[in-house]
Amino acid sequence: MAANENSQPEATISLEVFRYCPEQEDEPRFQTYEVPYREDWVVLDALNYIKDKIDGSLTYRWSCRMGVCGSCGMMVNGEPKLTCAAFLRDYHPALIRVEPLSYFPVIRDLVINMEGFLDKLTEVKAWLVPKEEKPVSEGEYLQTPAELAKYKDFSMCINCMLCYSACPVFGHHEEFLGPAVIALAQRYNLDSRDGGADERAEAIFSHEGIWECTFVGDCSRVCPKNVDPAGAIQQAKVTATKDFYRSVLVPWGK
Amino acid sequence: MELISHDILIVGGGGAGLRAAIAIGEENPDLTVGVISKVYPMRSHTVSAEGGAAAVIKPNDSLDNHCYDTISGADWMADQDAVELFVDEAPREMVQLEHWGCPWSREPDGSVAVRPFGGMKVERTWFAADKTGFHMLHALFQTALKYNNVTRYDEWFATKLLVHDGTCQGVTALELRTGQIRAIAGKATILCTGGAGRIFPFTTNAAIKTGDGMSLAYRAGVPLKDMEFVQYHPTGLPGTGILITEASRGEGGILVNKDGDRYLQNYELGEPLDVNDPEHPRKRAMELGPRDRLSQAFVQERQQGRTIQGPYGDYVHLDVRHMGEKKINKKIPFVRELCRNYAGIDPVHELIPVRPVVHYVMGGVHTNIDGETPLPGLLAAGECACVSINGANRLGSNSLTELLVFGARAARAAVCFSAQTGTLATEELLAQAGQEQQRIRKQFFEPSSGTETIAQIRLELTEAMEDGAGIYRTADSLTTTCDNIRHLKERFKNVELADHSLTFNTELTTALELEYMLDVAEALAHSASARTESRGSHQRTDYPERDDERFLKHSLAYQTDGDPRIEYLDVVITRWPPGERHYGSK
Amino acid sequence: MSDQETKTKEYRRPMPADWWLKKRTYSLFMVRELTCVFVGGYSLILLILASRIGDQESVTAMLNSKTLSVLQLIALPMVIYHTVTWLNLTPKVLVLWRGEERVNPLLIAAVHYVAWIGVSIVILCVVFAYG
Repeated sequence: MAANENSQPEATISLEVFRYCPEQEDEPRFQTYEVPYREDWVVLDALNYIKDKIDGSLTYRWSCRMGVCGSCGMMVNGEPKLTCAAFLRDYHPALIRVEPLSYFPVIRDLVINMEGFLDKLTEVKAWLVPKEEKPVSEGEYLQTPAELAKYKDFSMCINCMLCYSACPVFGHHEEFLGPAVIALAQRYNLDSRDGGADERAEAIFSHEGIWECTFVGDCSRVCPKNVDPAGAIQQAKVTATKDFYRSVLVPWGK
Repeated sequence: MELISHDILIVGGGGAGLRAAIAIGEENPDLTVGVISKVYPMRSHTVSAEGGAAAVIKPNDSLDNHCYDTISGADWMADQDAVELFVDEAPREMVQLEHWGCPWSREPDGSVAVRPFGGMKVERTWFAADKTGFHMLHALFQTALKYNNVTRYDEWFATKLLVHDGTCQGVTALELRTGQIRAIAGKATILCTGGAGRIFPFTTNAAIKTGDGMSLAYRAGVPLKDMEFVQYHPTGLPGTGILITEASRGEGGILVNKDGDRYLQNYELGEPLDVNDPEHPRKRAMELGPRDRLSQAFVQERQQGRTIQGPYGDYVHLDVRHMGEKKINKKIPFVRELCRNYAGIDPVHELIPVRPVVHYVMGGVHTNIDGETPLPGLLAAGECACVSINGANRLGSNSLTELLVFGARAARAAVCFSAQTGTLATEELLAQAGQEQQRIRKQFFEPSSGTETIAQIRLELTEAMEDGAGIYRTADSLTTTCDNIRHLKERFKNVELADHSLTFNTELTTALELEYMLDVAEALAHSASARTESRGSHQRTDYPERDDERFLKHSLAYQTDGDPRIEYLDVVITRWPPGERHYGSK
Repeated sequence: MSDQETKTKEYRRPMPADWWLKKRTYSLFMVRELTCVFVGGYSLILLILASRIGDQESVTAMLNSKTLSVLQLIALPMVIYHTVTWLNLTPKVLVLWRGEERVNPLLIAAVHYVAWIGVSIVILCVVFAYG
């Protein structure tokens, strides 16, 4: 799309980007950049253009640029998005505001601190706890396609944190386990090979767990992989309630 | 500043690195493991792999079949002892991963399902829909969380191997959060840093695939083996290079040119079957031929004007419409999502534009079958290593399995080595870390002419690689590329950073990555220049024949003060004497 | 892993008191939650009415009360909104499987709607029969 002398100047679009350089200032600011507008460019392409050609100090995370690694989540015009999947053409010619993911502490520019998420994964024991031991020499655990379907959606989480940035509960209480972590715990709870639901119960059925959730539902709306974490949490609430009544009404049963 | 110390270090937190960490935890939980990764592990490029991982499980399959397919696919450059071992351990590793929760797609009876894949006589590719790498990586990452002896250093960028007394005793790493260079000591260090597709302009690879570990080893005197062999995956989206998995062809997709012809039939890949024929797709034929042959066919079609012209160069079409919406949603749903988002088409109704793009580097850090490099204390596994099982051309779905088999093997070898190692030279290592901090400060933060930008040098590097070291090469094109790389290395000295911050300085890491890329490019171009034959993915129009007499050998590229020194090492042949690669016949 | 002292300060963006006005989905959520007050209020009226069964006069007085009528008129759309949002969310909680496929969520919600309307009609018939 090179401009030639007789035609219009090359189309552009402006990005207003959140900047925070802790060594230079205490408060963040916004900086506006003008970049070429391309039909097939995404916001990430625009950020890369800025870093390569205009301002090398602009700092952000990215990697796969195909929506599977989960690195490039940012707020685009106030909505949490994967910037590798947010097309400039959906915003052009208006200004695009890019900010770090909401409700997380900002380390620098568009980079947030996500250590809390990793700690929570360990807390809920987000790994397979086999129901029965089986030596590898005896082959795979059998699992029918129907059994796989039950937890498949919850296994699609790319850990992009967009759901946390949509959750006002997490915005107010950062100890809340949050949508992705609970969905991952459910992924294992519903896996027919898993027997660890009891071990996970303490962490999930706690004040920082499912009972913090008020079913705003925005997490599922912004999830780029249709994991439906809101569904996972509500289903967990039903399970917890059933278990509670069962333990009260039939205390001698399992 | 104090020294961080572990029994075993792993650089890279992808499939191989995490498998290695778990293996150490299983073998000896008293050993401490440090996993140093420049990104959070779930961002590692393993996550983008789609098609599947190969391991023999069907009753009509055999280990020898898998061996033969791999060795012939590799155009006989694979070490057969390594391949035999790989094929033998593969099924066990894959079942182990299933036990750790990997959600493999299943047959109706609940057993693991397999699909056909390029270059393989019998179906043996395990798959998790078409996001196999994603599911494998997350299964490994979540499993690794169980092990208390594993400490992760997330977003720590390795900058140098610490070598003392002829052994590798650890690494220095830039802690992105604070900008400090830290020394991390380890009795054994395993490099699991992946490939280097980013030295080419069109690649399926993520931004992080910059050959870091390859360069670290190279600079420490370890040779890089078979660097000239670079795989172009036949079906990437034009422009972005985003991967459209081989599984689309395994499930029956076909490649057609401008005229709608299934052109592969003109390239000794057999006769096409009708798409509705129950035998379609026939294995080891047509669209299920090996990747090097398919990519070469594209170039020849283009030379004859039978490809379609587009804004990002020429392309052909991948047609999966006959599969129907239900099968596409079940077997290759991610492909459909990628096409809609990034190609603006729905593969259920429209043709997918595809072209060969760089995907995998067969070459890498020279190791033996246990992942050990010639430098004691240094091991390597995964794409960054070259054992070699992939030789001159890798078969699709062998690399994901390779991560598991060799990640585990290298870990076990590292455990053995660390048991024999005494105390490490703490003072010396800290001193080296101090020097490393000085080097980086001097090179990137002190004012230089500042005439060069990272982006410009990187752009010229990728252009030089595609022009001279692409699918077809000549002596002249390679010499030009070697010269260009030499000049770019000089010009790199004039790069000055705009970002002087210590907090999360990604301009610095991008510059360090570019330095790694230049090393890898240099080894690649010179190795290619020295190999005057055509084999697998290394095709010379000036030497179009395979020459077993002179070149049934691995190339070893050693760093020197000038151009790399290339030596040769015989390929290990056990039960499969070199033969012709035959595809297409029944 | 590294010294706390070498880390620069992270910036925490304050959560504004009017956070629920910033996004349409948040505002609708708050409206939904507020309708609970009206559901609670209406339930209270019904409970008081129920407790007075047998006392013909006070029941009639309550039913004829203009204030209570107005309150109920305000409560009606709130309770309907509450019910509709609640019914729309039932497929999230009630996940049914037919082999590998999920039972269509719309079907699950539809069944609930049909039940709601059905029960309402029955109640109305009963009320008018005795009215």
